Amino acid sequence: MPAFPRSVQRILELTRSINCLPKDIVAVIEKDPVMTMKIFKLINSAHYNLPNKITSIGQSVVYLGINTIKNLALGFAAAGILPRMNVDGFDVQRYLLHSLVVAGVARQLGGQFAKDEVDPGDCYVAGLLHDFGKVVSAQFLAAEFHRALEYSSEHSVPLHEAERLVIGVDHGVIGALLAKRWAFSELMVDLIRDHHDSSAPTSAALDCLRVADQVVRYNQIGDSGNPWRDSEPAAAPERFGEDIESLVVQMGSLDRIVAEARMFAQLANEG
Amino acid sequence: MKIRFWGVRGSIPSPGPQTQRYGGNTTCIEVRGDDGTLIILDAGTGIFPLAQQLLGQLPIQTNVFLTHTHWDHIQGLPFFTPLYIPGNSVRIHGGYDIVSGRGIDQVMEVQLQYSYFPVREAEMNARIEYRTVAAGEPVNVGDVVVTPLLLNHPVVNFGYRVDCSGKSAFFTGDHEPWPNIYDPKDEEHPGYQQMIDQLQGQLDQALAGLDLMIADSSYTSSEYPTKVGWGHGTLEGSIHWARRLGVKTLVCTHHEPTRSDDALDKAFAQACATTGHRPDEPGVPRVLLAREGLELVL
Repeated sequence: MPAFPRSVQRILELTRSINCLPKDIVAVIEKDPVMTMKIFKLINSAHYNLPNKITSIGQSVVYLGINTIKNLALGFAAAGILPRMNVDGFDVQRYLLHSLVVAGVARQLGGQFAKDEVDPGDCYVAGLLHDFGKVVSAQFLAAEFHRALEYSSEHSVPLHEAERLVIGVDHGVIGALLAKRWAFSELMVDLIRDHHDSSAPTSAALDCLRVADQVVRYNQIGDSGNPWRDSEPAAAPERFGEDIESLVVQMGSLDRIVAEARMFAQLANEG
Repeated sequence: MKIRFWGVRGSIPSPGPQTQRYGGNTTCIEVRGDDGTLIILDAGTGIFPLAQQLLGQLPIQTNVFLTHTHWDHIQGLPFFTPLYIPGNSVRIHGGYDIVSGRGIDQVMEVQLQYSYFPVREAEMNARIEYRTVAAGEPVNVGDVVVTPLLLNHPVVNFGYRVDCSGKSAFFTGDHEPWPNIYDPKDEEHPGYQQMIDQLQGQLDQALAGLDLMIADSSYTSSEYPTKVGWGHGTLEGSIHWARRLGVKTLVCTHHEPTRSDDALDKAFAQACATTGHRPDEPGVPRVLLAREGLELVL
């Protein structure tokens, strides 16, 4: 599967110089859900038999070395770029913006409200990857995914419910199937699978992820194909309360997270 | 267990009067178990003189463990004469290359492409087998146990711990102690450092009780700042590491190809002075420079 246009462009730019800074390459990869998924898939494979599951790009660099990661990223770049607009109307760049901001907000929630219970880095990665199943559907089940998007919009139901009706499973399940097959950490598989499953046992990381998703949709940043609905109940009332508006106030300005994500998600020539 | 050095130079063979004492061949180390089991660590150009000696002991059965597939560690492989002789058995072990998505079975296939070498692998008459190793999974060969450990180099590099009858040696292959990719002022710096410390701790644990450490010591600490990320260690770093682990003997290898014998002696003396290493101090490791023909018995 090809990666996002901006990251492919940045990787190609950076790697033109033999002296490019490793941290700059990491900064690109950790903002691209496709590149991140691919690296986790490779590094967690049985070939290296690592004692712990790798759950961050930083860790991947420590284990495999920046040169290997750089060459992997170049390989991903060579696979081309995801088309800006999927044939059936799914805007991958607005999706990327959604994922990036959810990642940043989830990390902030983890650090600000659940520091002793979760690794904010895990919250970030979960945010980046939680909707990966949608990219997969948009790419490989384009017609069905399009029907689910239409159904969701026409009947005013959340996208994951429409997916369950039209495709049979929601994007959480699709993303988690891949994450499990690729031997991601159990935590990451659970978070991806359960982020729309209200019956799933909750955890601090899942609370942060679900609420981050709501905060971002509430603020209408990016587009996950699933707009905010005023009827939506609070995702984690025990931890974050019922009132999403007051939580947003407590979190302070999200401008920096949004600006960074916006800068990354959009192609340079589109401003 | 006996260990003999056949190639000690890094990067490119460096023959000539300037390198006569330590030798100009690239990496190759012969290990013999107590029952005579033959293990070869890396197949740099040093494997060629080793092959000449082995011709007097045919048929041979050997296991070659490649730390990684950079040229200086595989260049001698097509010239390992026993590969051409029926009755010999050569098993080649090495890591999975994440970038190409191939195991070690590709090593000679790539090397022996028609434009680069006249003989095809199919024309080699020995029995040749490949085994792709996984980190931490021991491989038993005769009375020797070889354990691959993932280290840090621009390409995937396994160091090999070799245990035999209660004695142990470790060869790093090419390894740069994990550098922090962030500036101390970056907010990511402490988290990244923590991961490095954890990994170094796991490696040190896997190397407990080592009798002999053979370590990539390409540079001096004053040369290192311009070589960060190139994937090699320093003389000073290896001495510190060996002292920390409490190994009995450290052999510094992968000598920089432009360093003459005299310059190498000087760099070594300087590194001993910088690290405060005094050979007569009780309890400190014996520290040696690798040279072709050096033989150690554990």
